[in-house]
Parts: sequence; C-alpha cells; structure tokens
Amino acid sequence: MKADGSTYLSLAGFFAVLSLFAIGGGNSAVPEMHRYAVDVQHWLTDQQFGDTFALAQLTPGPNLIIVALIGYHVAGVLGAVVTISAMCGPSCVFAFFIGSAAERFSGMVWHNVLSRALIPVTLGLTASSAAVIAATADYNWTAAAITLATALTAYFMRVHPLWAFAAAALLGLAGFI
Amino acid sequence: MTSPPIPTEAPVTLLPSGASPQRPGLWELFIAFATISLSGFGGVLAWSRRMMVEERKWLTPEQFNETYALCAFLPGGNIINFSVIFGLRIRGAAGSLVAVAGLMGPPVLLVMFVGAIYAHYGDVPALRRMLTGVAAAAVGLLVATVAKMAQPLFRSSTITAPLISLATFISIGIVHWPLPLVLMVIVPVSIAVAWARL
Repeated sequence: MKADGSTYLSLAGFFAVLSLFAIGGGNSAVPEMHRYAVDVQHWLTDQQFGDTFALAQLTPGPNLIIVALIGYHVAGVLGAVVTISAMCGPSCVFAFFIGSAAERFSGMVWHNVLSRALIPVTLGLTASSAAVIAATADYNWTAAAITLATALTAYFMRVHPLWAFAAAALLGLAGFI
Repeated sequence: MTSPPIPTEAPVTLLPSGASPQRPGLWELFIAFATISLSGFGGVLAWSRRMMVEERKWLTPEQFNETYALCAFLPGGNIINFSVIFGLRIRGAAGSLVAVAGLMGPPVLLVMFVGAIYAHYGDVPALRRMLTGVAAAAVGLLVATVAKMAQPLFRSSTITAPLISLATFISIGIVHWPLPLVLMVIVPVSIAVAWARL
C-alpha cells in the first residue's frame, strides 16, 4: 500500500486520540480501530482486520500490539513505529503524571467512584469487541461452535488461551472452517 | 511461608524513596519487562504478577494489587501503565522509559515479522481458515470475560450498571458510533450514577 505524509499523519493523529479514550485496556479500543481503519479509511478489509486481530492474539505481548500490526499493514515498518508510539505516548505521559501524584490520591473517594463508574462501560466495550470481531470473521457452523466451546471452557475452567487457539487453528487447517 | 519478612529483605516500597538494597537497576528492569511481555499470550497480567511478586519479590501482593488497580482505570493498556508507574517508582523517569521499552520493544519487533509473513502468505486459503478459527476462539475468550465481569454487576440490586453496559454495547458494538463521542456522554453519566449511590 502506498504511504505518504498524510497517511502517517492520519495514523499518528487517530491513535494518539484513541490512546486517551482506551479505557479498560487494549481490547476495549478494538471496535473503534475497526470503525476507523475499515469503515472510514478503508485501510483493511473486514477479513484482513479479523486476521490482524487473530495474529495479534498469537503474538506474545500486550494486547495493544495489534495497533503495530495495523500500522505495519498500512505503512510498513515506519507505520508500525508511528502507530504504536501514538497509541502509547499520550496514555503513558498521563500515567506518568498520575503515578507521580498517586500517593496523595490513593484511597480517596473519587478513586472508588471512578472505578465503579468505569466497570460497566468497560464491560459494554469488551462485548462490543466480541461483536465486531465476530462480524469480521467468516462464520460457518464450525466457527460458531469454536466460539461457543471456547467461551464455555474459558468460563468454567482455567485453560491457557494458546490451547484454544491451537485447536481452532487445526480445525481451520483441516478444512472445517 | 518459611519466615516472616525481614526488613533487609523487604521489597522496595511504592514510594519513590531513597536507595533500597534490592532496588533493581535499569538493565534489570528492561529484562524483567521484556520477559513478562514475551511470556504472555493474550494479556500479560498473570505473568507480571508472577515475576513482580513471586520471583523477584519487588512488590508485595498488596502493593501489586494497589498499583494494578490504579492502572486499570487509566486510559491505555493496563500493563503498559503498570510498567510506566512501576519504572517511575523504582528509577524515576529513566525507569519509566526503560520499563516501557522492555515491555513494548520485543513484541513490536516480533509483530512486524508476523506482519511481513502475513503480507506474503495472507492469501493462502489454509492460513486464512486457521486465522478465522483463531479469531473465533478469541471471540469466545472475550465472551467468557464479559460473562465473568457481568456476574457481580448483575447480582447487585440496581439496574443502572447493566443499563450502562447495554447502552455502551449498542452504541459501539451494534451502531458503530465513534468511541470518543460515546464515552464523552456515557462516562459522565456513569460517574454521576456512581456518585449518587455513594
């Protein structure tokens, strides 16, 4: 894909803003990444976005490295560096200043209010991520069964995610998906 | 388990106080966060707890929980915020930078390698089917996370928290409205509700 100055600018601007709105961790921001990268900019197709999400899950590291993969897809190595820096920069600076001041704040009322206020929102965002990724994946009965089986096992047992991914990938390789 | 903590062996405090005999150096900090990062698939919380609390004993369980609770409601990746604040408290601004570099550097290099492979072989049908399977499994993991988070919310007697979750889900997950706009409405409402129930 061709990348000029304005592409880097769009990547940097979008992910820098998203950085400060990504409450509840990396997965909460996935629907917004999809909206912008697929629906607005047409950088990726639905299928490519789903693949990108899957590849990020298979790579060790924080969930947020999906943004480096999106950046790489759009504008190569420099795109990846620009994107991950934009996604981490503002929130890291914010965390740095809160961290410097936190001893004075901890245990205060607003901490309690804020955490209670953000949990229902994070829940809604995580559910949105599931819906958005499910919509990009080319679902047939096997894929739906994989989702259901993984959800049930992860809910009732402690299973390492890699086992679920390996089983699902094998079913795909064998041609069931 | 064997003996109560002895002052000289106590983990560093969360306060940016003077030198502690066990205060890790910058290189140690980098290696620790790089190791945490590369050991963790699909989220690295469990690995950071093991390393920080059990192996290196840099934090007590209480200190870990307290720091993590602070990070969980800051914007951005929780573990990234954790590395910023932990690095800051151990070694100041340089500590922050080194911890984030350790956490993000190796996986970003790795993911670019993965991206390069995908750019070449992304159209191979077998690979596509495998990735669709992995995405389907990842959706299942998200659903399980949602179910676990929902339990305490829906067990409480109030209807407002479930309503806020539902409104967020519909506007972001179904209608696909821009996240900043939705959050600028829903977060103040949610804070007002939480404040009123204090």
